[in-house]
Amino acid sequence: MSSMGRLSQEQIVFGLALLLCAGFALALPGFLTTNNVLNLVRSVSILGILGVAMGLVVIGRGIDLSLVALMAISVAWTLNLIGGGMPIAQAMLIGLAFSLIVGAINGWLVAYAEIPAIFATLAMGTLIYGFGRYFLFSLDVAYMPERANSLLWLGQGTLLGVPVPIFIFAAVCLAGYLFLRYAKSGRYVRAVGDNILAARITGIPVRPIVVQQYVMSALIGYLAGIVTAASVASMNTRLALSTYVYDVILVVVLGGIGLSGGKGGIRNVIVGTLLIGILLNGMTIMDIQYTVQNVVKGALLLTAIVIDTIVNPRDEQTAQQGDI
Amino acid sequence: MTLSDSIVRWRYRLVPDHLLGEILTKRWVDNAIPLLILACVMAVFGSLIPDFFGAASVSNLMRQWGEFGLIVMALTIVMVAGGIDLSVGSIFALGNIVALTLMHVAELPVPLVVLFTMACGAAVGLVNGLLVGFLRLRAFLTTLVTLIIVRAVVDMILLKYAVAIAAVFPDSDFWFFFGEGYVLGLPFSVVLTIGVAIVLHLVLSRTRAGWHVLAVGGSRRSAHNVGIPVRRVICATYVVSGTLAALAGVLFASRLGAAGADIGIGLEIAALTAAVLGGNSLGGGRGSAAKAVIGSVTVMIMVNSLVRIGITSGGSSLLLGLVLLGAVMIDVRWLKNRQKFLSKVYVSPTYSALPAAPATDGASPYALNDRLRPVEAIGLDRIDGPEDVILDANDNIYVGNRTGDIVRFLAPDYDQQEVFAHVGGRPLGMAFARDGSLVVCIGGMGLYRVTMDREIQKLTDETNRSWFSVIDDSRLRLADDLDIAPDGRVFFSEATVRYEMHEWPVDCLESRGNGRIICFDPNTGTTRTVLKNLVFPNGICMVHDGQSFLFAETWACRVSRYWFDGPKKGTVETVIGDLPGYPDNINRASDGTYWLALVGIRTPALDLALKMPGFRRRMARRVAPDEWLFPNINTGCVLRFDESGRVIETLWDRSGDNHPMITSMREHKGHLYIGGILNNRVGRLKLDGVDETWTAKRSYWGQS
Repeated sequence: MSSMGRLSQEQIVFGLALLLCAGFALALPGFLTTNNVLNLVRSVSILGILGVAMGLVVIGRGIDLSLVALMAISVAWTLNLIGGGMPIAQAMLIGLAFSLIVGAINGWLVAYAEIPAIFATLAMGTLIYGFGRYFLFSLDVAYMPERANSLLWLGQGTLLGVPVPIFIFAAVCLAGYLFLRYAKSGRYVRAVGDNILAARITGIPVRPIVVQQYVMSALIGYLAGIVTAASVASMNTRLALSTYVYDVILVVVLGGIGLSGGKGGIRNVIVGTLLIGILLNGMTIMDIQYTVQNVVKGALLLTAIVIDTIVNPRDEQTAQQGDI
Repeated sequence: MTLSDSIVRWRYRLVPDHLLGEILTKRWVDNAIPLLILACVMAVFGSLIPDFFGAASVSNLMRQWGEFGLIVMALTIVMVAGGIDLSVGSIFALGNIVALTLMHVAELPVPLVVLFTMACGAAVGLVNGLLVGFLRLRAFLTTLVTLIIVRAVVDMILLKYAVAIAAVFPDSDFWFFFGEGYVLGLPFSVVLTIGVAIVLHLVLSRTRAGWHVLAVGGSRRSAHNVGIPVRRVICATYVVSGTLAALAGVLFASRLGAAGADIGIGLEIAALTAAVLGGNSLGGGRGSAAKAVIGSVTVMIMVNSLVRIGITSGGSSLLLGLVLLGAVMIDVRWLKNRQKFLSKVYVSPTYSALPAAPATDGASPYALNDRLRPVEAIGLDRIDGPEDVILDANDNIYVGNRTGDIVRFLAPDYDQQEVFAHVGGRPLGMAFARDGSLVVCIGGMGLYRVTMDREIQKLTDETNRSWFSVIDDSRLRLADDLDIAPDGRVFFSEATVRYEMHEWPVDCLESRGNGRIICFDPNTGTTRTVLKNLVFPNGICMVHDGQSFLFAETWACRVSRYWFDGPKKGTVETVIGDLPGYPDNINRASDGTYWLALVGIRTPALDLALKMPGFRRRMARRVAPDEWLFPNINTGCVLRFDESGRVIETLWDRSGDNHPMITSMREHKGHLYIGGILNNRVGRLKLDGVDETWTAKRSYWGQS
């Protein structure tokens, strides 16, 4: 870290984002148009909301690879229920309940069954997708029914000339910040992520806190899903199988939240979101092939993990055997 | 005996509880559970799907298994070293597309195609290996990212060459042999995979490289500390994994010749499920080729059968996710709790009703007295646990020490002591052979001989293995006491085959016939078990007829006599059946009778507990070992009896402060030398009215 002077990763990333923004603005003619900026910010805010969900889990030394799958399936089910004639509020409640229950199962698997988080949530992602496809619906894409057009405002509306998703993103960030800063359980999350054994010894209910992490991630994920569905008036369940969740991890790791837990906060998520949003948008405008974009993102994520490993080296003494 | 007692007795005689604990100590249990799951899966789908075991179905399944098995083995290699490789699915797809491109578009010769493709896989593996092994990134995330990148590369190649690949049909029988050929009636891919499995098994179990991999997986830090190049080993596992995955891609390319976009998607989940279901541990150290094969066959059957039953892809990913979670949960729980569970269930008491204990007062031959009060202490606090005591022709005392030495106290005043021989283990019973060498039973090692030149020779450390014993009873765990027949044969007791030396009192909680008497014949060099299922056989002493010996069964409070020669050969008779305590060593006395040490005295509570196996089992499971009801082994006595079993006299230390803990005694020139396995001294007692020149060695072997 010393070679980087006093700059933190967060500041470096923020600087990079500004540089990239300036570069794109100069090089790409369509980049700084109002339309594009709005589009950029809107798509980024969904990524950012998911980033807050993932960030909360990562700060608690976990990871939630089922985040996107759960979001896609629970929201798609909600849309299908509305399409089937159920009142909107009731359908949303059912979808939310499903999401929270799955989140709690995730937490239980990690905290009580002691399955490594990365593993439990990966398997749960597959399982949720399979469950949804087998039991809940048969079509890949769930469309927003006419009846639910009031929901579209969440994704497509504007407030004071600013798209609503931005407000939602800001609200989620504020809530996340307040939670981590002032709520007792929010501080516990950080303590558990920093040193789970010490947290247990000081009397923190470690396992319930871990479960709570995943439930919160499911909650925020559901919100992000509703915004996503409102933006494009549909929910594509293929999203569950895509690499979208790695974009979310990219946001979190790039922003400077160490994967070994206990470090970072909401600000890191915002910074990471900005950088990734600008990058993705710029590549889309440059008409770079989707597969090449994937390679670029992968390389970037790999670099981020390498830097994370160098900056936050894993402690050989406390690293557990089998911590993969 | 009451009816309920009989029921309990028969219940414990008929149900072999102890086998559960013994089976759990076996390493093959790890494979037994996955095998059971495989059998269940076969039974379920075999009955659901008509013609499941038909030739076409099996052949189709086998070809797919050939490729899938290779991938699971690739993953297994990495997992054994403590990592994980999620990129196998993508590398498989890469192998497929590269092989197709080289074959169809570049039209290279087949061997080159195979070689190039495998090199491609190895290169991706090398990237993984460098990142995870040398840069020490997290294996899971890193290989996830390489999965995405490689997948993107595959898509790029696909976009460029898909049409060209579909347009050309290679004209090479050799090429199609990979996918469709038969060797010895089996599809080529299956033969190849089985070959790889055998090689993998041999490497992991027999070679230095394989041991390094297992060591790194078992404990990375320890492996580093013993000098294993941890980073290089980890890197190598990823390279091998990538190569194997690419090889699977070649087989697939040859079989289908298809360049689809969804080849290999989700394969890592299926492979992971297979590897874990087979019993390979996440986090490493535990895994084998056999486990990979079992797991891959199980998952292969499940996934294929679901498709044939007509369940959509959602159903199969649901099932895979469930199975994966279940298998990982069992794996994590099993690894964490196996030892705990084993220590709970290993102790398996059985019914044992002792005859009523004789009185130790009044006119009883066991009546309490203070005759051990004048015992002098030799080597007080300079010796730890002299189980047995023996004296040579020059009156020097030899005793075993807990530190693995045989210590010699020098005559005449026994002030000086020296280490006669360092044998290791726990020296227990001793006897002099005809040639003057000292034959010793060493707990944890076996039967050894120490010559007077202090040369240590192993006589035997194994015997014939029982056919139906679960634990390996060929090894000698707890050789206890011995005596030597006039023809040189050594008869020695092994107290228990179920416990190690340091746990010997726990055997009392079982009171099962876990022990045996073994004969070593120096003339032929053979060892064989002569008497089995004895309750902690302990002291052994030749009877003067030269055809039989007396032996004590400690937890049965019994002294018996066994004829190994002569007209009564092979019979066992009880000499004393109701001792008031737990008998230990037996030795000859100067007047033709026998000395017997009682290591402890029975207590009514334990006697009662021995009739209540359920109680003792609950105790062993729920109470900490410190609090268990153990036999009293702090207060004992020495008694003298004759061949008919009549007890002549008993020597007690009533106050318990001079020499209470006794496991052996040896008469020598008018004195009795006393040892105790938990004592810190050798006792010496002047005997009145005995032959003051008599020594055990001379009387038995004659003047030599």
